[in-house]
Amino acid sequence: MDLNTTWFLLVGVLISGYAVLDGFDLGVGVLHLFAKSDEERDVHVGAIGPVWDGNEVWLLTGGGALFAAFPVVYATIFSGFYLALMLLLVALILRAVSMEFRHNLEDPRWRHAFDWAFGVGSLLPCILLGVAVGNVLRGVPLTADHEWAGSFLGLLNPYAVLVGLVSLAMFVMHGALYLRMKSEGALAARMGKVATGAWVAFLALYALATAATFLVSPFLFEKVAGNPAFWLLLVLLLGGLVTIPRASRAGKAGTAFVASSVVIVAAIFLAAVSVFPRLVPSLHGLENSLDIYNSASSKKTQGVMLVIALLGMPLVLGYTAVIYRIFRGKVKPGHAY
Amino acid sequence: MDALMLARIQFAVTIGFHFIFPPISIGLAWMLVAAEWLGWKKNDPDHVRIGKFFGKLFAVNFAVGVATGIVMEFQFGTNWAQYSKYVGDIFGAPLAAEGVFAFFLESSFLGLYLYGRGRVSKKLHWFSALMVAVGATLSAFWIIVANSWQQTPAGYVVRNGRAELTSFYDAVFNPSTMPRYLHTVTASLVCGAFVMAGVAAWHMLRDRNSVFARKAMRIGVTAGLIFSILEVMPFGHLHAQQVARTQPEKFAAIEGLYSTQNRAPLVLFAIPFSPPPQLKANIEVPGLLSWMAFGDMAAHVQGLDQVPKEDRPPLWLTFVSFHNMVALGGWFIFLMALASWKIYTGKLSQNRFVLKALVFSIPLPVLACELGWTAAEVGRQPWIVYKLLRTSQGHSATVTAGEIWFSLLLFGAIYALLGALWLFLMIKKAKTDPEDITVEAAHA
Repeated sequence: MDLNTTWFLLVGVLISGYAVLDGFDLGVGVLHLFAKSDEERDVHVGAIGPVWDGNEVWLLTGGGALFAAFPVVYATIFSGFYLALMLLLVALILRAVSMEFRHNLEDPRWRHAFDWAFGVGSLLPCILLGVAVGNVLRGVPLTADHEWAGSFLGLLNPYAVLVGLVSLAMFVMHGALYLRMKSEGALAARMGKVATGAWVAFLALYALATAATFLVSPFLFEKVAGNPAFWLLLVLLLGGLVTIPRASRAGKAGTAFVASSVVIVAAIFLAAVSVFPRLVPSLHGLENSLDIYNSASSKKTQGVMLVIALLGMPLVLGYTAVIYRIFRGKVKPGHAY
Repeated sequence: MDALMLARIQFAVTIGFHFIFPPISIGLAWMLVAAEWLGWKKNDPDHVRIGKFFGKLFAVNFAVGVATGIVMEFQFGTNWAQYSKYVGDIFGAPLAAEGVFAFFLESSFLGLYLYGRGRVSKKLHWFSALMVAVGATLSAFWIIVANSWQQTPAGYVVRNGRAELTSFYDAVFNPSTMPRYLHTVTASLVCGAFVMAGVAAWHMLRDRNSVFARKAMRIGVTAGLIFSILEVMPFGHLHAQQVARTQPEKFAAIEGLYSTQNRAPLVLFAIPFSPPPQLKANIEVPGLLSWMAFGDMAAHVQGLDQVPKEDRPPLWLTFVSFHNMVALGGWFIFLMALASWKIYTGKLSQNRFVLKALVFSIPLPVLACELGWTAAEVGRQPWIVYKLLRTSQGHSATVTAGEIWFSLLLFGAIYALLGALWLFLMIKKAKTDPEDITVEAAHA
């Protein structure tokens, strides 16, 4: 496996790490919009309070890794998706400060405003991240010089919006399963129901999106049939999907959450193996696509970055696991620092 | 206004706003490490209370810092795509390294520090404070590496139409990295020390017998005195010498040296005018600039007259921001020395004048950071990478002026609101009665 392929995988790992970890706290943020009382809202925020910060670093590190390993993709896509990214940034800013501000402002109007900002600031990324993936799968308007030639409204095409809904359902399911694991009583029971509903929605939307992909981007299916990784990921996806309701019915909230994490990772890597070795297919002729070679940084840089990743990431995974273990167990209302 | 100018304004606004918060976070984190250490080792509830009290300030500040920092990481791609393509082989690595080596550490352990009190051992709790501080300080390192490479690029070769890495070590430890890093981190410690000392002064003004205020003051003033001295001597001086060596245009602009000369004077005060570039109402010391920059009163110092017009940085902004920063640096040393003397003689709690000066000086180190940043970044113009790529060649060609107007106004509105709320909450938390903060019994 060459360095370019290695970095394709590692960027995939960082994106998956982000989706699994920040995915549940984004989902909890959306569910927070529908909480029934202030106590419930406190449990929502308390469940993610100690860990959301670290989770979001996966996005920053993913962005940095993309910049370092595939600078042309970073530059072309980030400037091309300009307005969408600005909306994403504003949403992430709002949700980050809302969590801190809401428990510090006593005036109910401010509190209410920031509860709302937290919810919307979580909802928008859930959709926009999916819309971005949808556009990449569909192909983006790239010229022969690998320059962007599209518009913001062009990003909101029906296929991309469909993928946005897939990701929304996925994160809501993930968030509900997490919250079910971390809460008790009526809230936990309700989260079980929400998770079931989101599971059904995800299944239906994912099937629909897969069918739509056959029509929109048939090239994604050209080589996958011969790729064992594709079949393995498909088995993981289906296995995870089957496990979620079974584990939930058996009262194994932890297992259901792990299964949901497996589903997310499998879904992301299924998309990745079908795009590979491209990173961003071009709508204006596939030969104009950005791939892992024509958008890459030098061997030297990718090598240095690999050393950095191999030195740093095991440590990150180690202390992240320890911290999650320390904060395991149910969250009680009114627990803040 | 054209898209380039708008992109520059947006960058200045978003980064300038972001840069209010990290220096406070870095500085305050180390103040917390000190307070929590004393609380743990001496089993002293007052120091635990100081940790809890300033931990709340830290949390509010950190949240806004993180939120506004994400914009930084993405904005190179969104608004500076040509730059990102040109330098991506070098510039992306420190940003990724910042995530892997620093920001994960800081963010993960902050959760443990804030929510873990009473849940984990005191040792682990103190360790989490330490990891937050270490993470924040390492984070500054990688960001300074990236920025310093723009100032004094090294370890690269121009190949395939872009800058390609030849030596990671040379790129990371380029000629300006260490002088700038030490100067910036020390400045951050000054920021944290002034927050702690200033808040303690406010509580001392209310209650001159407050034990909480006395102990917090001791930490704040001790750190404040040490680091405001180190900030100027040696770190400010070393940084200025490095600029004189590696970026003579910037050096001439910030020092107001418009004509090349031997025995160059150090301008202490002046009002810059142009064109032609000139200083009025100068107060200067002959030969001192030559001596400070190159250790010789007679040394030859290059002025702006030797720089082609199109390669000159803006003069007014660089001169004014740099000189005000230096003046503030002097004030920090003076005030902290005075406060230390008053603590030593046991009279600080009765000296309302010094206490008030400490309160009103809380925001000044942050202001000095902003001024220093302005001098450094404006002084780099017209280059986005010094002598390699012009700022005018770096922006995203596919992003329109209308799109940037939209994002600029959006960020402007949100940042105005955030800034106001941040200030409101910081002041509110700073005015909390320390007695209202419950601390477990000493032996719990």
